Amino acid sequence: METFLQVLVSGLMLGALFAIVSVGLTLIFGIVKVVNFAHGEFLMLGMYLVYLFTTKLGIHPLLTSVIVAPLLFVAGVATQRFIIQPLMSARDDHIQIFATVGLSTALINLALLLFGADIANTPASGLRTPITIGPVRVLLGQLVILAVSIMLVIGLQAFLKRTQTGRAIRAVAQNRAAAQLMGINVNRIYMLTFGIGAACVGLAASMVAPLYPTSPNIGTYFVLTAFVVVVLGGLGSLTGAFAGAMIIGLIDSFAGFYIGSDVREVVVFGMFLLILILKPSGLFSNRLSLSHVSP
Amino acid sequence: MLRLEGIHAGYGPTTILHDVSLEVKRGEVVTIVGANGAGKTTTLRTIAGLIQPTEGRIFFEDRDITSTPAHEVVDLGITLIPEGRQLFADMTVEENLLMGAYRKEARSRQAETLEHVLSLFPRVRERLSQSAGSLSGGEQQMVAIARGMMARPSILMFDEPSLGLAPIIVQQVFEVIKAVTSTGTTVLIVEQNVFNTLKASDRGYVLENGEIVISDTSEALLTNDHVRQAYLGI
Repeated sequence: METFLQVLVSGLMLGALFAIVSVGLTLIFGIVKVVNFAHGEFLMLGMYLVYLFTTKLGIHPLLTSVIVAPLLFVAGVATQRFIIQPLMSARDDHIQIFATVGLSTALINLALLLFGADIANTPASGLRTPITIGPVRVLLGQLVILAVSIMLVIGLQAFLKRTQTGRAIRAVAQNRAAAQLMGINVNRIYMLTFGIGAACVGLAASMVAPLYPTSPNIGTYFVLTAFVVVVLGGLGSLTGAFAGAMIIGLIDSFAGFYIGSDVREVVVFGMFLLILILKPSGLFSNRLSLSHVSP
Repeated sequence: MLRLEGIHAGYGPTTILHDVSLEVKRGEVVTIVGANGAGKTTTLRTIAGLIQPTEGRIFFEDRDITSTPAHEVVDLGITLIPEGRQLFADMTVEENLLMGAYRKEARSRQAETLEHVLSLFPRVRERLSQSAGSLSGGEQQMVAIARGMMARPSILMFDEPSLGLAPIIVQQVFEVIKAVTSTGTTVLIVEQNVFNTLKASDRGYVLENGEIVISDTSEALLTNDHVRQAYLGI
C-alpha cells in the first residue's frame, strides 16, 4: 500500500512537470494553429539561461524566472514575427511546421556551439530537499512545480476569459476574419500569444533546471511527451493538457514500477497511437476548447 | 464621406470588380443592388480592407484608405456586419458585444453603448449569457447587428442581413435597420430583398458583373424598368 501511494504521488509529480512544459505548446497551437516543434528547444534555451544566471550571478533558480520568462517571451514574439508570420500566406500550412522543425535543429546546434555537449548542472538551491508527507516522499522542487502549474492554468484561463486582450485572443482563434472586423490586429495577437506560450516554458525552465541536468538535447526529451499530453488533452485545451499530463505522469509512473522501467515509453507512446486512432480529437474536448474556457 | 474611385478588385488572379466608383454622403442610406456574384460582397470587403484593390482609390473623410489594413479601417469608424453573421460562436452573446466595442473610440463608452444597443434589441438582452452559437438564425443576426453598433461607427455596412432567415424574421431585421438609420448613422447596405431595402434607403447603385450600371435615387430605381424586371420581378 505504501509503495502504491509513493508510485501514485510520483506519477502526479511527473504529471505536473509535463503539464508545466505543455501549457505553452497547447496555447500556441490553439490560437496560432501552429505546432511549434521548437517548443522543447525554448525549454532548453530557458534552462541554459537559468544555469547561467544561477552559476554566474548566484541568483536563486526560482527567482531567475523573473528574467527568463520575459526573455523567452521576446524569443516567442520574434519567432512569430520573423519566422511564422512571413509564412502565414504560404499556400501550404505545413511549411510553418517545417520552419519550426528547422528552428528546433538550429537551436540545438547553437546550444552545442555555445555550451558544448557536456551536461550543465544548475545548483539545486534546496529544491532537491526531500519532504516526507506520511508514507510518501517528494522533492520540494516537485511540489513547487505542481503548485505553479495549477496556478498557471488557472491564471491563463482567467486572463483569456476576463480581460479584453484575453477575449480578443479567443476571438482570433474562433474567427480570424470576424476578429479583424472588430478592429483586432490579428498579427499582434499571434505575436502576443506566441510570446506568452514561450514565456510559459521559460517559467517552467526555472523549475525544471534545478531538478534535471541541462544538455542541448534536453528539449527533445521533454517535448515528445508534451506532444502526447497535448494530443491527449485535445489540442488547444489548457485544462485538457493539465489532465492529460496527469494521466501520462501516472501511466509512466505505474508502468515503470509495475511492468518495468524499460517499457515505460512503450506504454506511453502505445497509448498515444491508440488515442490518435480511436479518438483523434483528444480525451477531454475538441479543438476549439480554448474558446470555451469555462470557469 | 466615403468615396470609391475606379476600384478594380478580386480574389487572387480573378478580378471581380471593374472600375467601380460610388459615394456615400454623411447621414445617407445607400443600397447596392445586384444579382448573386455581381460583386456586392466584394465591394464591401474591399472597403473594409479585407481585400486589397488592384487599381483605384478609396477615400474616407478625404483620407486615402486604399491600403489601410482591416483593423485600422475599423478604428477610423467603418464597420462591416458580414454576410453569414460571423459571430464568435463559442463566446457568450455579451462577450460578442464587448468584442464589437474593441475599437479604441468605443471602448471607453462601452457600458453606455451596450445599454443603448440592448434597448433596441430586447431579445438580445435576454440571451446575454448564452453562447452565440446556440441562438436561432434570426437572433444571431440581431446579435451581429448589435455587435456592429457597439463600435459606434460613423458608417455601418450591412452585407445581406436577411439572407437565410424566415420571412417573419426578415421583417424584424428590417425594422431594426430602420431603427439604426433613424438614429442618423450612415449606412451602406447590400441586400437581396431589393424592394424592402430600396424602400428604406435614399439612393442606390445597380451592380452587374462587377460594374455599376445604374446610379439613382431609391424612388427612381423602384420605378426603373430594368430594375423592376431584373430585381423586383414585376
